[in-house]
Amino acid sequence: MSMFKRTSMVHISRPTWFTYTALAIVMLASLFPFYWSFLIGSGDATTVRDPNMSWIPGGNFIENAMTVIQNPAVNFWKALWNSIIVSTTVSISTVVLSTLAGFAFAKLRFKGNRGLFVAVIATMAVPVQLGIVPLYILMAEFGWTGSLGAVILPALVTAFGVFWMTQYLQQSLPTELIEAARVDGCNMIRTFWHVGVPAARPAAAMLFLFTFVTAWNNFLWPLIVLDQSNPTLPVALSMLQANYFVDYSLVLAGVLLATVPLLILFIFTGRQLVAGIMAGAVKG
Amino acid sequence: MASTDLDTSKAYSPWRQRMGMWDRKASPYLYIAPFFIVFAIFGLFPIIYTAVISLMDWDTIRNSGEYIGFANFDYVLNDRKFWVSLRNTFSIFLLSSIPQLIIATFIAAMLDHHLKARTFWRMGVLVPYVVMPVAVALIFSQLYADEYGLVNHWLGMVGIDPIAWHKEVIPSHVAIASMVNFRWIGYNALIMLAAMQAIPRELYEAAALDGASKARRFFSVTLPQIRPTFIFVIITSTIGGLQIFDEPRMFDTAGNGGADQQWLTITMYMYNTGWGELNFGRASAIAWLLFLIIIVFGLLNFWLTRRFVSSDQSGSK
Repeated sequence: MSMFKRTSMVHISRPTWFTYTALAIVMLASLFPFYWSFLIGSGDATTVRDPNMSWIPGGNFIENAMTVIQNPAVNFWKALWNSIIVSTTVSISTVVLSTLAGFAFAKLRFKGNRGLFVAVIATMAVPVQLGIVPLYILMAEFGWTGSLGAVILPALVTAFGVFWMTQYLQQSLPTELIEAARVDGCNMIRTFWHVGVPAARPAAAMLFLFTFVTAWNNFLWPLIVLDQSNPTLPVALSMLQANYFVDYSLVLAGVLLATVPLLILFIFTGRQLVAGIMAGAVKG
Repeated sequence: MASTDLDTSKAYSPWRQRMGMWDRKASPYLYIAPFFIVFAIFGLFPIIYTAVISLMDWDTIRNSGEYIGFANFDYVLNDRKFWVSLRNTFSIFLLSSIPQLIIATFIAAMLDHHLKARTFWRMGVLVPYVVMPVAVALIFSQLYADEYGLVNHWLGMVGIDPIAWHKEVIPSHVAIASMVNFRWIGYNALIMLAAMQAIPRELYEAAALDGASKARRFFSVTLPQIRPTFIFVIITSTIGGLQIFDEPRMFDTAGNGGADQQWLTITMYMYNTGWGELNFGRASAIAWLLFLIIIVFGLLNFWLTRRFVSSDQSGSK
């Protein structure tokens, strides 16, 4: 449990005006680029070149956004939908498969348990992204280039996910509960379902968010294996620049449109994301 | 926690017993199998096969190759672009990781107070993390526009001549590094914050009793205590940092790393060789070289970590 409850034991010092000022500046700096994009995206083609541009947004944002959405070369709705499909599928699958494996590694006795877990950790150090040439050849061989399956399949489960769930279940799931379920006549999968899954829920939610953000932002592999007619959002954004490099009010309106879905998700789940990052850090 | 439908018949027929045994023996392997299968097909196999393809002249139309020995490595190692991209990658990496660590530590120290609206501040610094690097790059490349960009405009207001962010080597690295920093500073600050909060309170009290000032406490208590986390952050940022692609790729419309490869990185060089020139053999050779660089760097990091951490322990006694 300790890994997820660390924050309550701090009473180090009282904040001063300096603390709040510094944090406010940091906050402004992290939001400023988006506000600036909105200024450009709500103006017209000349706004970006105007050194004395107004700090109050113009009135063209919706118009610019519509132009981007309606441009067939950008394929905005398709890209948005594809990003949702890919990120959701990958996150659900990663959470389910990682929780299963984590349950086995953390709580079940079997030959090779420790050795195989070390193998999982070792794979985390392997930069698998560097295998993209054969991966591409493989996908071409299967005829999957251009389809979402090519993006989804390699990301179905990650070593990080397995490691994360194992760590969590080791600490938060009492072995007696499993034994009790077994004595009650539960087979393995029911034990997992009735004992493992409820215990894993907080860590599973965090893993879901991390995986979702990572999948949503992923660029290199989708750029390689997907094409313009069936892109994810980052791929569509890269097309946006190629299509409109003269009119940055359109480019940045599109950038904001593509950013909004995750910002909305963040408003509702940011709290868990923060907790997840801080929990993972202490364990390393 | 276990629900009511568990009380199945407990008749111990031999058949049931054998099933139970099998269930207990096989299930764990079944549960961990998906990870190893996915890793074998989409992780391990491609990495190994990259080595095979790197020794081939690959025909992308027939989807097969012809063995040509080390010719691809020979070409790549004699290509100016490779060395330039290696230099750029390391330069961008250093320009992003060092300021990132310093600023993240500072922010963590600020967050490590009894703040009002704690969650608000923590979420606030994390916003850039959820934004696509591609989107950040598109925004920043305009902020850094050579002629009319806001950054140059602001520099002009304090009397500094405009900087050619998209033409000169170091400025372009600074611009790209700032995008990386923008994305990761808040994230790393939260990691540091967690480490700071795990420091036993008594250490601060003892230091305060000894008359140590706030600054002194930060340098003599906080920093040594979070050193392992520091190193953890460095290691994780190395693996990602050496593969940097999104930000430099989107820094201009062409995506080739500048007219004179000012900001071409290794992964971009691999991408352009593989999917621009359709030379899969050479792209594989580049991938393997980068792979080796990352491994060497990882080992170096590991070695440094052990040294640091052990010297830390002996120092604290």
